[in-house]
Amino acid sequence: MQGYRTKDFWAGAVYVALGLTAFLLGKGYSLGSAARMGPGYFPMVLSGLLVLIGLISIARGFLSGGEAVPRIHIRPAVLVIGATFFFAATIELLGAAIALPAALIMAAMASRLFRISPFAMLGAAAFTIFCLAVFVKGLGVPMPMFGALFGG
Amino acid sequence: MEILANLGLGFETAFSFWNLVYCLAGVFLGTAIGVLPGLGPTATIAMLLPVTFGLPPETALIMLAGIFYGAQYGGSTTAILVNLPGESSSVVTALDGYQMARKGEAGKALATAAIGSFAAGTVSTILIAFFAPALASVALSFGPHEYFSLMVLGLIASVVLASGSLLHALGMIVAGLIFGLIGTDVNTGTLRYTMGMPELADGISFVVLAMGIFGLGEILVNLEHEGQRSTALKKITGLMPSRADLKQIVAPVTRGTALGSVLGILPGGGAMLASFAAYALEKKASKTPERFGHGAIEGVAAPEAANNAGAQTSFIPMLTLGLPSNPVMALMIGAMIMQGIQPGPSVIEDQPVLFWGLIVSMWVGNLMLLVLNLPMIGLWVRMISIPYHYLFPCIVAFCAIGVFSLANQTFEIWLMGIFGLLGYVLRKLDCEPAPLLLGFILGPMLEEHLRRAMLVSRGDATTFLTRPISAVLIIVSVLLLVSILAPAVRSKREEAFVED
Repeated sequence: MQGYRTKDFWAGAVYVALGLTAFLLGKGYSLGSAARMGPGYFPMVLSGLLVLIGLISIARGFLSGGEAVPRIHIRPAVLVIGATFFFAATIELLGAAIALPAALIMAAMASRLFRISPFAMLGAAAFTIFCLAVFVKGLGVPMPMFGALFGG
Repeated sequence: MEILANLGLGFETAFSFWNLVYCLAGVFLGTAIGVLPGLGPTATIAMLLPVTFGLPPETALIMLAGIFYGAQYGGSTTAILVNLPGESSSVVTALDGYQMARKGEAGKALATAAIGSFAAGTVSTILIAFFAPALASVALSFGPHEYFSLMVLGLIASVVLASGSLLHALGMIVAGLIFGLIGTDVNTGTLRYTMGMPELADGISFVVLAMGIFGLGEILVNLEHEGQRSTALKKITGLMPSRADLKQIVAPVTRGTALGSVLGILPGGGAMLASFAAYALEKKASKTPERFGHGAIEGVAAPEAANNAGAQTSFIPMLTLGLPSNPVMALMIGAMIMQGIQPGPSVIEDQPVLFWGLIVSMWVGNLMLLVLNLPMIGLWVRMISIPYHYLFPCIVAFCAIGVFSLANQTFEIWLMGIFGLLGYVLRKLDCEPAPLLLGFILGPMLEEHLRRAMLVSRGDATTFLTRPISAVLIIVSVLLLVSILAPAVRSKREEAFVED
């Protein structure tokens, strides 16, 4: 197994990336002293530690091989996460009555077993009505029923 | 007898009308969502958390606790009926429970699980009532040094006792600690890692993190295994175990309860470790170990008792020290903080209604599970057979609406989506996300105590070793870390998490 294809290598890469980001963003916070720690002290220690753990993991990936990264399924990830983003982006403009069923169908398409059918449409509509009744009417979540596009 | 007065207060609280209603609602919803395929207790609680924000603190915690053991019981139900353990601690239940179901003894297996859980729940509730106040009074004398060392021990122990890679568990904890830093630094008012976004000034809500990583992340993993589920259900007959069956499970339930109660207090997947250990113990104790794996009733009774006892006693460190021993307790602590209660040893003194009410309601909740779930088994079975591709879009929608309602803005939905993606990728890389949540919840407290301790000792780090209690805690942490690196312990640890 080539090192750069192992789980350990990529997990280490994630740690190093997170650690470096935390280090670079946190560079400006004052460190203070050990007795009077500034806002930057703990973040610097932690980001250093995370980079270190990441490097060890990368080294382990190269040295002892281990399992390869399994296939990342792009389509379901894009559709499911995309559905939440779509909902976030359109809720104000379209309103929950439109954005919610659209997001539902979009998420459902992530499944290989899902087919757009009258039954599925009906289900999405029924679930939307249920959510609007429970969350918007019942619990008072201030979510527009119909968005700005429809004058809501 | 002070404890009787306290328990009296607890009964009064737990039996108030609305608390009973919310306890029942929690147990019911927890079981209902717990039996749904692909939803464990952590995701269930994360999803239902926003519902409890409007309630008074004790009612909110009573409901959340109800959801927790409801979801656990739901997980055991699916383990027995369709061999799909909803969460790691019911993996063992599936071994013999499913075999019993195949032999046409599903009803008996379910009843055994329920009775075992109830017996264990009763005993461990009493244990909590006696030991939690004592532990809390010790903890009251703790200063920042002791707290810092205790949290380090808690985090290290959760790494050691968890399954999976030690290095990745450490990595995930540190990553969680860093995510916990986001927001305003309480000591100086400096904004950290907010990248200019005012929405991040108060930090990331743990609900967003949990729903993203545990809710959405899990959906993406589940979608890969679609179509592999067999939901062929047999008709359930003969719910009640016979007198002979009951006699047969007394000893296993007792042993399981004892083991579970002890292991549950320890940080890191207490309930899970408890069920594995109880199963192994039963197999060793049995005169007929060859029956195990082929539908031995003890193989259901003991682990179920153990995991329920463990689930209950994991409340002890949460309530007395403010330390979560597993992700579910981390969510409970998050819920308490959101309710304006600072978790720690003073909770028992300052919030007697909450503390004792919660304890009594645990027992009430367990009773509800026993009384309600067996008659309702038909409903649960129908819920198990809901196809996943109709289910998960609804979960996505619930999560999105739930995080939106936290601050009534879309920012949290975006953030949840990002964490969902992160959770999926981390899982693919064999990085268990549970330590990340623990680190995230403990991060701010850990930093605060570290700063205070260092201020008191004028920057001398040896202070953690010169104070006796703190020194013991640190030494135990180091010993734990060293021991797990020793080859003998290491192989034993791997063995402990292998089901055979």
